[in-house]
Order: sequence, then C-alpha cells, then structure tokens
Amino acid sequence: MSTNSFGEYGGQYVPEALMPAIEELTDAYERYVRENEAGFIDEFRQRIRDFGGRPTPLERAEQLSQRYGTDVYLKREDLLHGGAHKLNNALGQVLLAKYMGKDRIIAETGAGQHGTATAMAAAHLDMPCEIYMGKTDIGRQRPNVFRMRTNGAEVNAVTTGRGTLKEAISETMRDWARTVENTHYVIGSVVGPHPFPSMVRDFHALISEEARDQTREQVGRLPDAVLACAGGGSNTMGTFHHFLEDDVDLYAVEAGGSSLSVDEAAGVAPNSASLSTGEEGVLHGSRTKVLQDSHGQIMESHSVSAGLDYAGVGPELAHLVDEGRVQAVNVDDVAALEAFHRLSQLEGVIPALETAHAFGYLEQEQDTLGDLVLVNVSGRGDKDLETVLEETRERDLSIAPDMEIFREVAGGSL
Amino acid sequence: MSLSEAFSREPAFVPYLAAGDPSFEASLAYVEALARGGADAIELGLPFSEPIAEGPTIQEAIVRSLEAGMTPERFFEFVEALDVEVPLVCMTYYNLVYQYGDGDGPRPFVQRAAAAGIAGFVIPDLPAEEAGPLRRACDEFGLDLVFIVAPTTRGERLERMQEYVSGYVYVQARLGTTGARDEVSDHTEESLARIADWEVPKAVGFGIKTGDHAQRIVSAGADGIIVGSALVDIVAQGHAADEDTATVADRLEAKARELKEGALTGARAVQ
Repeated sequence: MSTNSFGEYGGQYVPEALMPAIEELTDAYERYVRENEAGFIDEFRQRIRDFGGRPTPLERAEQLSQRYGTDVYLKREDLLHGGAHKLNNALGQVLLAKYMGKDRIIAETGAGQHGTATAMAAAHLDMPCEIYMGKTDIGRQRPNVFRMRTNGAEVNAVTTGRGTLKEAISETMRDWARTVENTHYVIGSVVGPHPFPSMVRDFHALISEEARDQTREQVGRLPDAVLACAGGGSNTMGTFHHFLEDDVDLYAVEAGGSSLSVDEAAGVAPNSASLSTGEEGVLHGSRTKVLQDSHGQIMESHSVSAGLDYAGVGPELAHLVDEGRVQAVNVDDVAALEAFHRLSQLEGVIPALETAHAFGYLEQEQDTLGDLVLVNVSGRGDKDLETVLEETRERDLSIAPDMEIFREVAGGSL
Repeated sequence: MSLSEAFSREPAFVPYLAAGDPSFEASLAYVEALARGGADAIELGLPFSEPIAEGPTIQEAIVRSLEAGMTPERFFEFVEALDVEVPLVCMTYYNLVYQYGDGDGPRPFVQRAAAAGIAGFVIPDLPAEEAGPLRRACDEFGLDLVFIVAPTTRGERLERMQEYVSGYVYVQARLGTTGARDEVSDHTEESLARIADWEVPKAVGFGIKTGDHAQRIVSAGADGIIVGSALVDIVAQGHAADEDTATVADRLEAKARELKEGALTGARAVQ
C-alpha cells in the first residue's frame, strides 16, 4: 500500500490540472516538513512559539475534577494566538508556501476559524491571501469576517448550494485549478488529497507532543482517556497523534446535531457525525467516510456548531476508527450547549461550541473514562456567544444565565 | 460506432449537456437536436452534488437536473430513451460510479452503463493514479476511458495516462474550470505537441464558444472539439425565458451546425 493511503482511505481524487501541484506539494512536504530541509521545521517551531504563543498550558480543571471524581486536565489550545488550534496548520502551510516560492494564498473557511488563522499567518509572513466562505457562514460568523478583513485578507462569498463549508472547499479547489502555478491552497483540516491529511496532522501534532510530556511531568503518568471534538478532524488528529502507540483510550466526539437520522428526500443529515453514521465514499480529493444518500450524492450536514458542520472527515481518522484504535462517539446540540455553559461557569473557560461537544461527552460518560482524563480545548467561544444565546433561549435550558440585564437597561428585547 | 471511429473521417464535434437539464423530456429533445446538428459523439453529464471541476454555467445545469430528480438509475433510463446513432460518453464524478450497486467498486456501474449503451467515461476527479479499478471494469465490458490532459500535465504523468486512455484524449485548453470564454487559450498548440505521438484522437475542450474558435482549434491540429458551457448557456436561457422545448432545440441544432462547420473549415485550412 502506498504512503498516500490509510488502509482503504485517502488517495488523490482531484482534477488532472491539480495533480502537478499536488506532486510538487508532496515533494515539498517530504523535504521541508518530514526532513527539515533548509531548517524549515526549526523556523516553524520558532515562529509558532514567538508569534503563536506555544507551548500552550496543560491545566487541571479543579471544579470538573471534583464534579466527576476523576482528574480532568485541559489542553489549552484556546490560548494559542487567534483563539484556536487552527494557527498551527495555517502558519505551517503559509510558511511552506513561502519555501515553495508561491506568492499567493487561498483558503476555505466554515466557521471562520481557519480563515482567520490563515489571514493572520499570511499577514505575519507578508503573503496576499483570499478566503472563500459560504454566504450562510458569512451571515452567522460576522466577527470572523471582520477579523479576516482587518488582517488584510480578501473574503469571497460562495453562493452555491447551502453556502457552508462544503461549497467553500469546492470553490477554493476551482480557484486553485485556475491559479495553481503561483498559488498555494491552505486546506483547513486533515481532509483533501494526499499529502494534506498527513501534513495538516503533522502541524497539529504539536498539541499531543506537548500534552504527552506535560501530563507526564505534571501528573507523573499518561492519561487513561483523551477526548477531542471531531468535524473534519484536525484538532482530533493533532491531539491523538503522539498517544497512538500508548495504552490510552482515544475518543473522537462528533456533532450528533438534532438527530442521527437522515432525510434522504431533502438531502439533509441533521448532524455531522460522518465517523459514526457515514459510509465510505470519495469527497474533496480523498476516499473517506461521508454523509451521502443512497445514490452517492453528498448530504447537507447540520450542527449548531459551524466548525463541525461538514459531510466528510479525515481519512486517517476514519481508518483509526475502523481499526478500533479510536472510538467515534457523539453528543447532540443540547448536550453541547449545556457543556458550553458548564465549562464557562465552573472553570472560567468559555469554549468554542465545537470544543463543547467533547465536554458534553465527558459529562455523559464520566464514570467510564478512567481516573485521568485529558480534554483538548480546541478553541475559545467568543465567536459563538450570539449563536449560543439564541440557541439556548430557543431550548429554554435551565443551566444558562438569563440576559434580563439588557431588557432592564434598554427596555426592549435582546 | 465506437468512439475512435467517431473521429476517423473528419474533425469531430463533441457537445456536452447535463442529462435531465432542465427536465428529462426536454433534455432528450436537446440531445437529439445536437445529433441532428452534426455531433459525432456526445458527452452526457450525470450530475454530482460536488462538481469541483465545473465552472458556474455547468454547476447551475447540475443543480437544475438534480432538482428535476436525476439519479444514476434515471440517467441510464435517459440513455436508453435517446434516439441517436452517435456514441455517448458519460461524464460524472467518481463517488457516483463507486457507490452504484452492491459495494463491488466501479464494476456494477460500468456493467449497467454498458447495458444502457454508453460507449465510455470521463471522470474529472479520477487521475490515472486512482483509475486502475475503473480501467479494468471498462476493459471487461468493452468501454472506453477518456482522460483529461491539462496544460500542467507533463513527463511521467503523461506516460501513465497514455497507458490508461482509450477512445479519445480530452485536451484541456486552459487552466481552471469549465466555461465559455471569448478568447481561446494559447496553451492548445503546446498541449497538442506534447501528445503528438499518441494514437488516440485528440479532442480539445474548455472555453470553445463559436465556430471561429472551433476552426482555430482544429487548424492547430486537434482531431475534434468539445463544447459544453456555450450549449448549456442556450439551455439555461431557454429555461429562464420559459421558452418551449422545440424553440430551444432548434437553437441548439443551429449552434451545433455552426461549431461543426467551424471544425470542418479548420480542417480544410490544415490541408
């Protein structure tokens, strides 16, 4: 089996026009990222430290530990520059593009986290940058659009389909097919054609490299279980990578949305649980688990969390699930929203809605995860506050704070 | 008639339409109009929800066709219902080929396509590296597998493709996605020169819109021309203006004649 595959998953299913660029990128990945040619990795580590703020801390969550009667540790990727793990990959790829002599960066974004990370990295490294973002996502993630524009990136609205991440990826691939000679496509997750799934994982593997050392130093042993949320799977693979050979249980927590069923007639899956419920298929350049109808048309996924809202998943993660090395689990929108408020109140950490799914699972399975549990806080939740407020009010969740204060001072609605 | 026979007498005109756009019945009439207008082979698009190689014109055609209920099974019924003599090529994306039938790779799809009368495939997201299983199924059922040579395709990649290609080779005239353009790219002659010694006929596509374009491409040495978006535009305009099927079909037939005539003129210029 060639190195571009993970079991039966992976591969390079892209238009011919892109193949030479994919081969050029594969070569650059092997030389600069794997072999540290020209000191690439040294420069990457120095920049992710000075510009990004690595290493991120490992923190004992005192209230959660008490609540569950188990030691809970948080890997604080929310403290990375930009507020999410996404910078690891964005900085790595923009730097690689520079080493490859490319002079333009394009990227897709769903929730806007990868777009903002790419815009920051491109500004930092003085590269022109254009971000493709679905029109629906532009509407629901306005703060991130401001951030990208503020960092000097162009933001292009994608109006096809439902206007979310899936369409944004397709549109970025079309741009790349036109501009491949001078442009690098910074893909935002461990998805797409080889070498993207391996390369993006390698940049994010700093998370588990640090976390593994930090648990050993601070606790004196490895965790019993490691939890990370999973959409495309970038923080998941980054958090799991250095634990793969250890006797540590790994849980990829997907968005169960409102239901795990599918509406075939409407082409909609009201969840983003491609690991749990998807079937093998080919999407955006790789063979992986995909939410699709019986004919092979890709379904519209849905999650309250825009960053998990994707019909596919990284091929390596799909393979690890099939092998039984990683457990694919999921929690629904309500459990994620409750976990969002719980972590905010108990630990003073407002997590991204994506991240909140991992804490939802911790709440549900607290008795079965062992004595030492590590959870990756993949991002902070400032970007989600409006969504959370709205979704919480619709569901009348008792755990949520009331926002009467606005009514008092304004005499009106929220 | 086989695909290579379709190119054997004179420069071939190969039009593309998305099957079922904007409806099953109208689309049948449109494809038959192209055949009357002089098509030597026809590429029929089986719509996929994520068409990453298509520009806006064909993306919209795909949406119209899917909304009108097109599925792989309906597509095969469409092919069976067509009253045309020329060979038909199915253009689609690999997931639809792969998912059809009972988990036996691409074989059930190819078997069904052969039974329906399809002569070959173009799969834009399937490079030669991943094409082994589909090539074997095509060999088993006697179908052709067309590959796309891009302006960026060189060296070993060309050799690998030459090994797998049959029917004709689709020369992509410029980088990017499908779509009609006012200017024809200058990559064409360069690309044709790189594959001059290939035995399969060379058909050039991407951006051809008028008889004059067709003429220039053929005089540059192409064995045929592939035209999609310029024809899909006619379908889209007819649909938007709510015109009757016969009117739109007549317009397609006239456009087909113009393009075929351009190709023939180009061939005379070479002689």
